[in-house]
Amino acid sequence: MNLPKYLVATLISLLMFIGHAFALTADQKITLITGDNELRIGALSKVAESSDTEAIPYLQAISDDQVKIKGKQIFIVNDSDVIDAITGKAVELPDDAEDVVNNNQMRGEIDATISALNLFSKETKIRLDAAKALLDADPSAGRLVLIKKAEQQETDSAVKQILFQVRAAIEINSEDKATRLAAAKQLGESANPGNKQILSSRLGPDGEKDQEVVAEIKHSLNLIQGHMAIYDKLGQIFTGISLGSILLLAALGLAVTYGLMGVINMAHGEMMMIGAYATFVIQNLFHHYLPGAFNWYLLAAIPFAFFVTAIVGIIIERLVLRHLYGRPLETLLATWGVSLMLMQLVRTIFGAQNVEVENPVWMSGGIELATNLILPNNRIYIIGFAVFVLFAMWMLITKTRLGLFIRAVTQNRAMASCTGVNTRKVDAMAFGLGSGIAGLAGVALSQIGNVGPALGQGYIVDSFMVVVLGGVGQLAGAVYAAMGLGIVSKFLEGIAGAVLAKIFVLVIIIIFIQKRPQGLFAFKGRSID
Amino acid sequence: MKIKQLSALYDSKSWLMLTAFVGVICVLFPICNMLVPADSFFHISDYTVALSGKILCYAIVALAIDLVWGYTGILSLGHGLFFALGGYAFGMYLMRQIGHDGSYHSSLPDFMVFLDWKAYPWYWEFTDHFWYAILLVLVVPALLAFIFGYFAFRSRIKGVYFSIITQAMTYAFMLLFFRNETGFGGNNGFTDFKRVLGVAIATPNMRLILFMMTGVTLIALLLLSKAIVSSKFGKVLTAIRDAESRVMFSGYNPLHYKLAIWTFSAMLCAIAGALYVPQVGIINPSEMSPSNSIEIAIWAAVGGRGTLIGPLVGAAFVNGIKSYFTEAFPEYWLYFLGLLFILSTLYLPTGVLGLIDRIKEKRLSKNKELESL
Repeated sequence: MNLPKYLVATLISLLMFIGHAFALTADQKITLITGDNELRIGALSKVAESSDTEAIPYLQAISDDQVKIKGKQIFIVNDSDVIDAITGKAVELPDDAEDVVNNNQMRGEIDATISALNLFSKETKIRLDAAKALLDADPSAGRLVLIKKAEQQETDSAVKQILFQVRAAIEINSEDKATRLAAAKQLGESANPGNKQILSSRLGPDGEKDQEVVAEIKHSLNLIQGHMAIYDKLGQIFTGISLGSILLLAALGLAVTYGLMGVINMAHGEMMMIGAYATFVIQNLFHHYLPGAFNWYLLAAIPFAFFVTAIVGIIIERLVLRHLYGRPLETLLATWGVSLMLMQLVRTIFGAQNVEVENPVWMSGGIELATNLILPNNRIYIIGFAVFVLFAMWMLITKTRLGLFIRAVTQNRAMASCTGVNTRKVDAMAFGLGSGIAGLAGVALSQIGNVGPALGQGYIVDSFMVVVLGGVGQLAGAVYAAMGLGIVSKFLEGIAGAVLAKIFVLVIIIIFIQKRPQGLFAFKGRSID
Repeated sequence: MKIKQLSALYDSKSWLMLTAFVGVICVLFPICNMLVPADSFFHISDYTVALSGKILCYAIVALAIDLVWGYTGILSLGHGLFFALGGYAFGMYLMRQIGHDGSYHSSLPDFMVFLDWKAYPWYWEFTDHFWYAILLVLVVPALLAFIFGYFAFRSRIKGVYFSIITQAMTYAFMLLFFRNETGFGGNNGFTDFKRVLGVAIATPNMRLILFMMTGVTLIALLLLSKAIVSSKFGKVLTAIRDAESRVMFSGYNPLHYKLAIWTFSAMLCAIAGALYVPQVGIINPSEMSPSNSIEIAIWAAVGGRGTLIGPLVGAAFVNGIKSYFTEAFPEYWLYFLGLLFILSTLYLPTGVLGLIDRIKEKRLSKNKELESL
């Protein structure tokens, strides 16, 4: 029973569609496609003024190059179906029917008129898209009446806002000085780069002549500049926080091992690299065996990367670090050796080229807060992920027995050992934990950058700087240092460029250490070596 | 034990070895390169001379690292920067010596023509004078080291903290020199040198002269370093390495001692860099990469820290193997280097020289045991 019903519904809608297409008079239809551009645009303006939504399908057909003409007969050719545009009946296409040719100007005008007519659609989404399309099109006085009418009728605030901009963009070219003044003023009220372009184009040599209007335009331009600067600043803060959260992920593990054992793990960056490659492996497995669940491979990659890197870390601790206890400088060199070998190992297994890690669908795209402020989804998820890891770490350090041991050994190794804490085991566990967190950082990095054997090298210096700045043994220090470094370096990047920003940040850190050699948050104590 | 090793440079046998070394560099190498026919077994090829010259430069750097790490306990991961700065300073002079022979036949170096610069930036002023370039080599890296060291040592940054800050320093400079706008040729650095002091640079004769100069410089600096570490000043340095707080409590200010040896060490690196550039014919920012500087530390670790001679042996050993490995099995070189880092820190805390000493001691004590029986 369902099938016939469906068919009937389709038929009805088809009939309605065709019926709409012929709301224009035959003369109108012919003038729209014959003569030179000027005549045709005049006809278009008349259609626009009539705000007749029923003209849309016909205009669309012209725009899609489906219309042919022979004398007074118009044909709409859709693949093999040919209908007479005036009677609406299916006909045979005569051999000598001529194509209606649209040049770029004509096509732009037709599309803009379609958009203008779409402004009267019942669907908000269609109206919004139409308004946006009009904002991008050349402002044409022919559509002014229509737009004004649409603006009055409009109930949705977002569409209304755009329509008002469209109208102002047309009115600023008006003959009437008062209208131009008002338009210039109105254009300055929203921080839209398009508005800025409209305004500044009027300042050109063959633009505005009236001094009063010029002053108004300049004032509006300043306003827009101010607004856009604010959004730029917000954008910089966001990218700064995003960078900070990556630095935090990279530095958290380092801070734990440095606080606990007093050693710098130069292979920390390679742990991130291994985490990223673990993500790559999981991605490939999902691709082969679970293509349906591919979008969720990251959820499987997170624990996998953690455990793989944690195990690698524990092995390194057992084989190398354990035997260098109390010799931090040698440990540094030995872990550098480890990092060289790990890099070469990855090159041997996966090749020296970068590998491709795809973003899941839900990670791509972004939230548009303003035309020059778009927050990418992957950055937002990474910030959330960093918060999650930080929270998990905080729980582990403050609420679990292992955390208690880690804190005890960090504060006083000898005393902890005396009270029966197996410091060797705690070292191994903590090193595994630090490496695991580096692996998690690697998962995050795989989503925003290239995955290659040298991935870790790019972050090693920065994450050390976070540890130096934040001091050891406290999570708060690492958080403030990472966020501070992230935001400050993004701001400096905006002013001085990436390289100079890095150098400035380094100088700032060195100056800062003059005041607080133990970092932001140091343990207060009287110990001395 | 350290003091005993130190004395190794005093006894007659060591002096004899040193004289033999001078002989090899100044007599044997030139003769075997120039006079012995090419098909003879004793012929030393131009390639070997170039490689040996390079290694001699590295040996000077290893000596510099030994002064700060082996004797004062400061591990620098940024000595590659001073080396490269010395190289760049002398490279500026070499670039000026190209004159109008560049590919654009301009009085400016090719990279400046390429950037559409019309004149030399202010810091290139006077670099066409040889002695001014030498002055730059000696002063600029030393000044940087002095300023950096002053701030770092003043706030008593030490241990791994200091190491990673020096690493960040060389990293920052590498980024700076990679920029074209910095005015040092960006990525490509300086290359295509034509002559030095008006004499063509890429001839076998010139290569031999530079090689001999490097050897003589190395020996002079070695003797100077020996004088420093065996003086009272040197003893304070060793004391700082072993127990800085106690030195401070005894009324010495470690800042002055550390700063002095740190700056001196940077100067040695700069000299090595200046000798290196005309021999290899290129200097670019990758010389400043953190990994290069860490490799310098491993030369000293392999040879034996705190022995002056050890690091020279280490530099020769590691670089000799490197040039062999990177040609024969390039894909295994990093495995080998990584293992070298791990094994030398795990099993050779005093380096190859320390190992030889230990074997000698064992034999001595065995002999004594036999005698007493």
